[in-house]
Amino acid sequence: MNKHTKTKNNAGQGAGEITSVVNRRLFLRSAGLATSLGTIVIAAGCNDDDDDPMIPGTGDTVDLGSGDIGVLNYAYALEQLEAAFYTQVVQTPYAGITDAEKAVLTDIRDHEIVHREFFKAALGDKAIKGLTPNFAAIDFTKKEAVLGAAKLFEDTGVAAYNGAGKLIKDPNYLLLAGKIVSVEARHAAVIRDLINPKSADFAGDDIIDANGMDKAVAPADILAAVKGYVKDTITGASVGK
Amino acid sequence: MDIFKIIDKFQQIDGDAAGRLEYATRRHFMNKIGSKLASAAIPTAFAAIVNKAFAQSATAVEVLNYALTLEYLEDEFYKAGNAAANLIPASDKAIFTQIGKHETQHVAFLVKALGTKAIPKPTFDFKYGGAFGDVFTNYKTFVTVSSALEDTGVRAYKGQAGALIADPQILEYALQVHSVEARHAAVARRLAATLLGNASMKGWITGKEGAVPAIYAGEDNMTQGGKDLKGLASKSDAAITEAFDEPLTKEAVLAIAGPFIKK
Repeated sequence: MNKHTKTKNNAGQGAGEITSVVNRRLFLRSAGLATSLGTIVIAAGCNDDDDDPMIPGTGDTVDLGSGDIGVLNYAYALEQLEAAFYTQVVQTPYAGITDAEKAVLTDIRDHEIVHREFFKAALGDKAIKGLTPNFAAIDFTKKEAVLGAAKLFEDTGVAAYNGAGKLIKDPNYLLLAGKIVSVEARHAAVIRDLINPKSADFAGDDIIDANGMDKAVAPADILAAVKGYVKDTITGASVGK
Repeated sequence: MDIFKIIDKFQQIDGDAAGRLEYATRRHFMNKIGSKLASAAIPTAFAAIVNKAFAQSATAVEVLNYALTLEYLEDEFYKAGNAAANLIPASDKAIFTQIGKHETQHVAFLVKALGTKAIPKPTFDFKYGGAFGDVFTNYKTFVTVSSALEDTGVRAYKGQAGALIADPQILEYALQVHSVEARHAAVARRLAATLLGNASMKGWITGKEGAVPAIYAGEDNMTQGGKDLKGLASKSDAAITEAFDEPLTKEAVLAIAGPFIKK
């Protein structure tokens, strides 16, 4: 953004015009995100008055940090949410769950726990604290609600890793993110196939664009989209910087 | 000559074209046009912008052409499979139509991005020197090859991420394609598991489980970020290997893809 602003100033553009152009760009980007993550945004809106002061850790502010450590903590935060979600799903299976569905959801739970514990160990004393999730908006007794939330978490995870890739400076961390994001994409496809079997939805036109590409979304937009699902306030303004 | 019409055309073909043109450069370019730059210079200037946006380095061009080779292969494979009579059952048509559509889109994107630097489409032999002789008449073979191509594609893109670290926008496009290949792979693997009666083959890769063993070498890696993850969070080796997909070098991928390419 700095680079753009500077170039535009050099080209003699008025400040007001720059602001409107930048705002339009941001708006379009956010609108694109809202289309795919609509339910998360809505759920976030519904949860504003749902804080429970009795739960320890509620209301903490957690800063992800800067540079590559910030990116790793960003991934660690998202994996914490996913792992907590699937742990709950497997603990309290929805009504009418099939053996095949339970096997898939248990596998995914284990992958997310492995991801979470891997990031925690890799970050060592630079790791953020354990977050307190807030899944009050999800009805874990209903298949549609659980698989719908799973779809949103997986699609969001894919978009988050895709958007974070270019923020990573160390090629070893970039490769690690690459090793994980394709597993998240496999999850997304399988969850989508459970919801609507044998359809085109596993890589549906709702999420894949006309170039055959998945979404890539910046940390600020992802954090805004998931904030209804975590009691803590996560700030990530310096991630990758 | 109306440069704005050209850009509009470009936008019609590719709705996100303007976003992809490096933004500040585009603004600068528009200003030049506004200041009545000699019209003869316009095509050069426009090509330079596209070039700057899509192919910023020789490395990037090499990676994109490598990707294009694999996308040509996949695109031709699904075109032939989707066109073959009595191959794909009606129940599975939607899946392979969608996969084929994406591969065609990937080819189109890469050809446009590379412009004159794009390699020509090779001639392919999907029978793989006879190993997959019935690939377009036997659905089991078709799905076997599909799952293998998709998993190889995932490994191939992943193996190039580091080479694109200095080309952030191209890196991002590569990642956006990479995860789509992974979505394809997951669904193709689940179809293959059912057709081949192999219950241990899942949407994710357990150890080095896959329909064509040769391409899964190294997928059973347990060491990540220099740490042996055995026993992490009391999870099984199966879960740990499933949680990470492994890359392949360009050399390894081309050795796998080689027998598919006649010339």
